[in-house]
Amino acid sequence: MLQRKKLRAGLGQLLIPLIALGILILFNLIRDPGFFSIGVAVNNSGNRVLTGNPISIIDSASELAIISMGMTLVTAACGGQDISVGAVGAIAGSVFVKVLQGTGSISVGTVILSILACCLATILFKLFNGTLVAVFKIQPMIATLILYSCGRSIAYWINGDATPQLNSPIISSLGMTIPGIPVPTPIFAVLLVGLLLAVVFRFTNISLYTQSVGINQGAARLNGINPTIIKLLSFALLGVCVSVASVIGVCRLGQLNHKTLLVDIEMDAILAVAIGGNNLGGGKFKLSGSILGAYIIQMLTTTLYAMNVSPVNVKAYKAIVIIIIVIAGSPVVKEKLTSLWKKSRIGGSNAVIRKGVG
Amino acid sequence: MTGVNTTSRAKRKEPMTDAQLLMTISICIFAFMYAAAMIFLGGGFLKFQQIFDLLNDNAALIIISCSLTIVMIGGGINISVGGVIGLTVMSCALFLNNNGIQNGFLSILLTILLALGIGLAFGVLEGFLVSFLGIQPFIVTLAGMFLSRGLTTMLSVNPVKVTHEAFLALVKSKIKIPWLGYVAQNGNPIPAKLEIGAVVALCVVILVYLMLHFMRFGRNIYALGGNRQSALMLGINVRSTCFWSYVLSGLLSGLAGYVFLMHKPAGNASVAMRSEMDAIAASIIGGTLLTGGVGNVIGTLFGVMILATIQKIIALSPLNASWWQEMASGAMLGFFIILQSVVLSNRGKHKSKDKE
Repeated sequence: MLQRKKLRAGLGQLLIPLIALGILILFNLIRDPGFFSIGVAVNNSGNRVLTGNPISIIDSASELAIISMGMTLVTAACGGQDISVGAVGAIAGSVFVKVLQGTGSISVGTVILSILACCLATILFKLFNGTLVAVFKIQPMIATLILYSCGRSIAYWINGDATPQLNSPIISSLGMTIPGIPVPTPIFAVLLVGLLLAVVFRFTNISLYTQSVGINQGAARLNGINPTIIKLLSFALLGVCVSVASVIGVCRLGQLNHKTLLVDIEMDAILAVAIGGNNLGGGKFKLSGSILGAYIIQMLTTTLYAMNVSPVNVKAYKAIVIIIIVIAGSPVVKEKLTSLWKKSRIGGSNAVIRKGVG
Repeated sequence: MTGVNTTSRAKRKEPMTDAQLLMTISICIFAFMYAAAMIFLGGGFLKFQQIFDLLNDNAALIIISCSLTIVMIGGGINISVGGVIGLTVMSCALFLNNNGIQNGFLSILLTILLALGIGLAFGVLEGFLVSFLGIQPFIVTLAGMFLSRGLTTMLSVNPVKVTHEAFLALVKSKIKIPWLGYVAQNGNPIPAKLEIGAVVALCVVILVYLMLHFMRFGRNIYALGGNRQSALMLGINVRSTCFWSYVLSGLLSGLAGYVFLMHKPAGNASVAMRSEMDAIAASIIGGTLLTGGVGNVIGTLFGVMILATIQKIIALSPLNASWWQEMASGAMLGFFIILQSVVLSNRGKHKSKDKE
């Protein structure tokens, strides 16, 4: 019974995003029955890869899904959002390319080295944000506004005006597909980050501590949890997520452009967190909700492109759909719906009893 | 006698509120920075026109910062203001060019109504969603931002230049104040010039100040942001206060769009891009807290002036490449924010010592 209750409580948060995803899928099926077909094709380098809309949706939502996981943690612990992820992502990409070019040749070892360097740099930048939030008690949005406004300039400073090209099978196998495996690599990256976080949450109390800090910082401190450490940790984890996403972003294109790498992803990531049913004021969170939110956003974008909406106008349609989703998930509408549901349930159970008697 | 004594002592000992302290800090910083610019950079900063230029260039930013301050005091946030400016500028520019009304005055009047109408529509929509459906304001206004930017590109992807003569005459008309001007090298006196938009912005600051401090609605907004539950218990209509604060914010952003058009008579898809973040930064520097209940619109005005002065100083200094400019203004922003936080936390320590 308890298990069932727990399951239902968990589903309650995911219900609206699941319904939204279902409606989007249904809409696409009605509009074009072949929308979800998956085929096998041979790409430029002669590998057999899976193609089709579902694959491309899951593939291109990877960066967003990874970043929204980290964003969920920061939101839960600090009760605010980090708006500098896009800019810090550009810095991370620049560091990655700079170190890779500095080592001279592109091999597995140097790529791993560059990824580690990039990870380190990103964590440092995020810890700067985290220190402002946790130690100086500045609101997260303002603390991250600093890097939001100057992050891309730092990326420019690291790499100059050039857009360095990276031509190597290792880079393309990181950004697209590994030879012999038909599924795009970024999907594995999402799985890896998600599994890593799941394992960390399963075997440590970090998830519980994060929630308690987000709900009531003072109470958490009195119970022996150090809110400063938890907040810094959430920013560090976001840093790891951002660096992975930016490496994917760079490898996908095979080049670095500090102006367009992960541009405007912060807004989409916050949106994904909210669509997933998480409270933007901190406290309880569900990573699966945010990941689902990220895929909904990407699916929406792909659907709009498939309907021949021009890329510059996508934003307006996206806004309308988002408004509809958040209205459906709003507390007032939810309450009305549950009361209606209960009424119909009571009616239904009466009918069952009557049937039983009959 | 004793009664008088106690009251006067109470008056003397009454501490500054956080908002007043933060506002004082921002005014001091502005004065200090301006003085430093006068000493080290000289040139334009020695003329009074420089202050007027800061006001002229940032009139729209001042208005949206005021609108953000109102919403932020009420515990919300509105990041659609920049998008609404973009949409207003684009639609007003298209309307002025294509309406075919002979009477210049009438068409200008209609554009003002159009600008206010667009702002009002966004304000009503967002206010309804936030206050009556209880959706998080960040998400609602994010959707508002996407919607307004998307509608702007739907109207026109290409830049639109206003060719309406009466409007261009209005753009060129400036208020001249001779006794604040200076004498040019050839001996001609040049009066200080203030644009109509800057006057509108200053009027908005004063009106919003009066509204926040002397009207019931304004006090209700403070109560709402300070503690929603207590406000409800005090019998304040929380929902309608929240709703009207968003409506007012939307209206002001429509007005800001019109002022923007009067400063630069051309529409463009990227008009006022990211200006919402500048407005938030200005409000914060001026002493408004994102958590609500604390804030002052006069401080916001000085917040905008601080940001504008930083940009002006960097533009005049040798490091005038755009990326240096961004990095330096980011660094300065960080410095101010940390300074504020340190001052506030020290104050908190003193307070707790007093209690002990």
